[in-house]
Amino acid sequence: MNRILRCRIGSVLLAAALLLSGCAAVTPEADLSLTPEMIQQRQLQTRRFDTTDEQRILKTCAALLQDTGFNIDESDAKLGILTASKERDATDAAQWAVFIVGVFVGVSIPPDKNQIMKAFVSTRPVGTTGKQVAVRVVFERVVFDGEGRLKKMEALNEPQIYQSFFEKLSKALFLEAHDI
Amino acid sequence: MISDRFLTFFLPLIPLLLLAACSTTHDRLLDADTSQVQLRSIQSRAFDTTDKEKTMRAIIATLQDLGFMLDRADYTLGVVTASKGRGDSMQMQVPATLRVTVTVRPRGEKQLLVRANAEYQRGPVTEPKPYQNFFNSLEKAMFLEAHQVD
Repeated sequence: MNRILRCRIGSVLLAAALLLSGCAAVTPEADLSLTPEMIQQRQLQTRRFDTTDEQRILKTCAALLQDTGFNIDESDAKLGILTASKERDATDAAQWAVFIVGVFVGVSIPPDKNQIMKAFVSTRPVGTTGKQVAVRVVFERVVFDGEGRLKKMEALNEPQIYQSFFEKLSKALFLEAHDI
Repeated sequence: MISDRFLTFFLPLIPLLLLAACSTTHDRLLDADTSQVQLRSIQSRAFDTTDKEKTMRAIIATLQDLGFMLDRADYTLGVVTASKGRGDSMQMQVPATLRVTVTVRPRGEKQLLVRANAEYQRGPVTEPKPYQNFFNSLEKAMFLEAHQVD
């Protein structure tokens, strides 16, 4: 009787472990092919500017990222790329409330502590005559708990983030931003 | 008594263990367990263009489309490395990272050879399908057909 029960518990645990391992958020099979959602993201994250001066756009993006507290990690003007990151506090009052309640009922849900925010800008000349430059920016973040354990890796997809970035860029360039 | 038993049973095991550790590090450093030639063919495609800059820009745009974050890019060496990490341990999604390095080099007078190699969860990606998917995506950004090479 005891043995059967143990077997059952074992198989349930195994099934849970399998499910958990099957739940990886990124897989080589799924994440190297384009999906319609990815194309949608591209539209949200890209604007066109009426200029031929790609370098000026990159420089302005670098300055803009610096203004918002980012450090430049990698850049190559010939390839039209720029990446930047910053480390910030990720403490969320609501999560702390859940954590404190959790302690009383014996469940430990570690709250977020630190986060690394990353930005990736790419530029490229577009249009049949090359009179425009398209700028795409992508933001993501990696969140750690108080023990330094990785908690979350996510793309930041709120449209407001991108709208506000391009508004600022547009002002700094004295150029109007067009949707693609 | 105990030390005698230790000597007869465990001592011969120690060099064996050391040896095993040595060979696995060596195997993993050079990934000696996979066929290099076969893998190279899975990971490579030739494009009918000599425009390195355009090709590298297309690779970067494709990786950005696929949600990758750029780690490194060097025009002179023709190397682009990017990674995609997603996951939320609170929502039972195991955080996982897929890392890709793409290199571009001339192949003959009229072609460029693009090679991609991916790493996933502490291991190499050796199945053909993910690479096929990547080159399908890249073809669209290049407006050129990717040719299989031997």
